[in-house]
Amino acid sequence: MTTISVTVNGKQYTHDVEPRTLLVHFLREQLNLTGTHIGCDTSQCGACVVHINGVSVKSCTTLAVQADGAQVTTIEGLADGATLHPLQEGFWEKHGLQCGYCTPGMIMAAADLLKNNPNPSDDEIRHGLEGNLCRCTGYENIVKAVRYAADKMSAASVS
Amino acid sequence: MTTEIKERIVGRSIKRREDPKLITGKGSYIDDIKLAGMLHVALVRSPYAHATITSIDARAALAMPGVVAVFTGADMLDINPLPCAWAAGRVKNNVNTPRALAVGTVRHVGEAVAMVLAEDRYIARDAADLVEVEYDALPVVVDAKKATEPGAPQLHENAPQNIVMEWDCGDKAKADAAFASAEVTVAEPIINQRLIPTPMETRGAITRYDEATGEFTVWMTSQAPHVMRLLLTAFVFGIPETKLRCISPNVGGGFGQKIFCYNDMAFTMWAARKLGRPVKFVEDRSENYKASTHGRDHITDAELAGTKDGRITGLRVKTYANLGGYLSTIAPGIPTTLYGRILSGVYKIPAAYCHVTGVYTNTAMVDAYRGAGRPEASYLIERMIDRYAGEIGMDPAEVRRKNFIQPEDFPYDNGLGMLPYDSGNYEPALDKALAMAGYADFRTAQAEARQNGTYLGLGISSYVEVCGVAPSAWVGLAGEGWGAGLFESANVRVHLTGKVAVTTGSLPHGQGLETTFAQVVADELGVPYDDVEIQWGDTQGTPFGYGTYGSRSLTVGGTAIKKSLDKIKEKAKKLAAHMLEANEADIVFEDGKAYVKGSPDKAKTIGEIALQASLAYSLPAGMEPFLDETSYYDPPNCTFPFGTHISIVEVDIETGRIALKRYIAVDDCGNQINPLIVQGQIHGGIVQGLAQALYERAVYDEDGQLLSGTLMDYAIPTAEMAPHIETAHTVTPSPVNPLGVKGAGEAGTIASAQCVMNAVIDALAPFGVKHMQMPATPERVWKAIHGA
Repeated sequence: MTTISVTVNGKQYTHDVEPRTLLVHFLREQLNLTGTHIGCDTSQCGACVVHINGVSVKSCTTLAVQADGAQVTTIEGLADGATLHPLQEGFWEKHGLQCGYCTPGMIMAAADLLKNNPNPSDDEIRHGLEGNLCRCTGYENIVKAVRYAADKMSAASVS
Repeated sequence: MTTEIKERIVGRSIKRREDPKLITGKGSYIDDIKLAGMLHVALVRSPYAHATITSIDARAALAMPGVVAVFTGADMLDINPLPCAWAAGRVKNNVNTPRALAVGTVRHVGEAVAMVLAEDRYIARDAADLVEVEYDALPVVVDAKKATEPGAPQLHENAPQNIVMEWDCGDKAKADAAFASAEVTVAEPIINQRLIPTPMETRGAITRYDEATGEFTVWMTSQAPHVMRLLLTAFVFGIPETKLRCISPNVGGGFGQKIFCYNDMAFTMWAARKLGRPVKFVEDRSENYKASTHGRDHITDAELAGTKDGRITGLRVKTYANLGGYLSTIAPGIPTTLYGRILSGVYKIPAAYCHVTGVYTNTAMVDAYRGAGRPEASYLIERMIDRYAGEIGMDPAEVRRKNFIQPEDFPYDNGLGMLPYDSGNYEPALDKALAMAGYADFRTAQAEARQNGTYLGLGISSYVEVCGVAPSAWVGLAGEGWGAGLFESANVRVHLTGKVAVTTGSLPHGQGLETTFAQVVADELGVPYDDVEIQWGDTQGTPFGYGTYGSRSLTVGGTAIKKSLDKIKEKAKKLAAHMLEANEADIVFEDGKAYVKGSPDKAKTIGEIALQASLAYSLPAGMEPFLDETSYYDPPNCTFPFGTHISIVEVDIETGRIALKRYIAVDDCGNQINPLIVQGQIHGGIVQGLAQALYERAVYDEDGQLLSGTLMDYAIPTAEMAPHIETAHTVTPSPVNPLGVKGAGEAGTIASAQCVMNAVIDALAPFGVKHMQMPATPERVWKAIHGA
């Protein structure tokens, strides 16, 4: 067992973990943050995307010990209190989700995408989300949802 | 009393009420559920496609700290194999179904041989690796046609030549005569390759057993929890149905794969009872790929006959349907009722005949996958229409137009034993799609582009599907062999606070049913949308229903709700007459209010009536308190949505790569309750279907190893691989149900594979390509161009 200290969604946790414990299992099993999902076993689907120090990572391919001392943000920590993040709002407004299983990872990946490219084209959105699979939406409304968030965030940064 | 006119909400694209919890990470999927004292299961699975199990040694696993038990199939002989609930009509089905864990022989790679139960998932997985199983390998067959040939390896004693069933439909003599006298015939081998449904959430089950009462509770990733309760109790365990409660929590996509009864439901129940602790099993993705159901997998010879001027005169089809190593819950019904009976599509074909051989092979079970039989049928007929149009040198749009069933032909009997098509008007959808595609100018642009070395192709797909399969009298044991009914249920209660609670046997796993149903209820009862609660997914607290699949939830489940609302309104009118001291015959119920005809100013709202019904101190003689009504709706017919899709592709002839330039979908699913949700269903369906045309193929090698066993190898589309989709619709209400709805969940998938393949083959016409098999990978396209 190894002791790690991780700040998750602004709250600090100190836990003993096996060195092989995956970050996604640490979040889901030990911290009960079950919004981060597991959809595959080969790091393809992106349902498990979270941010470590502001950068998106697949938490199924990250060891919990690698997050020692880091700031982790999960889908549960994305909204500002009762105010949804513009991406959460966009997914709701534009029907960017159906079963909702890929959604947390998709939103977290999109947040990183918009941080690096605040005004992406539709093609850039599609390219930027190539590490996240959705089986329900055909991606059409996910692109619209990210576009909605990009517009809203750039309007907010101008005003 | 409020007098303002309430705005109707049906037909509006309101955003989904399901979403707030799902976008904030607060959904509750199966793997999110933890119970005190819960054990975790890891399975030992067969690495062989066909083998005899000679020994299982679990000593090393049991010695590991944290391991509680290891069980094998031999331990579970006190429960029955899983049932197959659809004996395809009129023929003998040589039924063989899986056990909770294999006994004696394994028949596909990934079949579960032993279960390890441990205190956590890591320990369980480690210990599973320590279970030593010895096998004697047996010969393997994975191809449905080869499995029926003399000398092929045999899977089951009761199925000579591995044949599950021989089934046919249509009129063979008439079809043969049509071909004998035909001016033109075309023939193609059509392979509808095996697909893996791939809901983003895998499957699983958690069982808790209460020793004191003998009651099981199973949380399951199921599209049909009531049916699972019936099958697991009456067929597998032989216990009263009342001793099992099934709960579907949030389910992360189904696409058919989560309809069926699976071994994990049974072995978690068995182990939870044995050990007195809750037991959890959730597949990982490679387990889902190896051991949950697959879809499609047909090998077909198709022939079409017609005149030189484009009139189709005959269709003959011979299909081998691969059903896997065992029969899944409704497997035999998919390549028969849901395929053969709709093969003539949107066309008047005077003579058609289809023969299907269902076959066992050493592969994972095949059962319903989004569209289930109808995509295979639609692919076949639409490919053959294009092939025929090419043969006679006629515009494929005109061949379609010339052979369409006409509006005055409905209800239409297609001669293949399908129920009469309810309603349709196919030409406006075709015309709209052609206009959106700029078809009038496309051929010129295509010819010019070819001059410049750019190979464009345009594909048309005009489809019809069958939704809300019913009535029970047709599909059930007296007809098509489905071993149950196909009605749906709904209970509506108007509480004394005026809040409305609806429970139904339908349940969403992405379809937005909570939103759509609440829209219907709000309008019908004239209550605020937010006052309506839709509850589902728990056999305790919802009336028995068959669940959500086959695009049936709005057509059948929604109508069950409507029927209950009608009963509520009838009772409300009676009570309002009493409250207003009027004759019931003079009472009108409108916009949530009951009043005496001509006196809307003295109305009683549904809330006031519900309060009166609940307080119950002054009711008409003989009236029971409370507004509470249940309906079981068994429709008189299926519904038949339709439409035309068009795609435009560009083929890079150097590399064989295909670029999807445009995708246009014109669909008619009757009335739309929530167009935003309908459009979302169409989008997702289209991408699943076109993925079959371009990307997806489940591949077994000759030893029965699944080569496409992970998401690294099985190419479900990413956002970059999916096209922008242009949608439009026409509206032809269904006369079958009072909502006038037809269903939308599968339409996109039924329309899209052939739409893209027709475009690819159109692009390759200058190279003499008339047909190619899916998926049209760059390698296959390159080979087709080079005649390799």
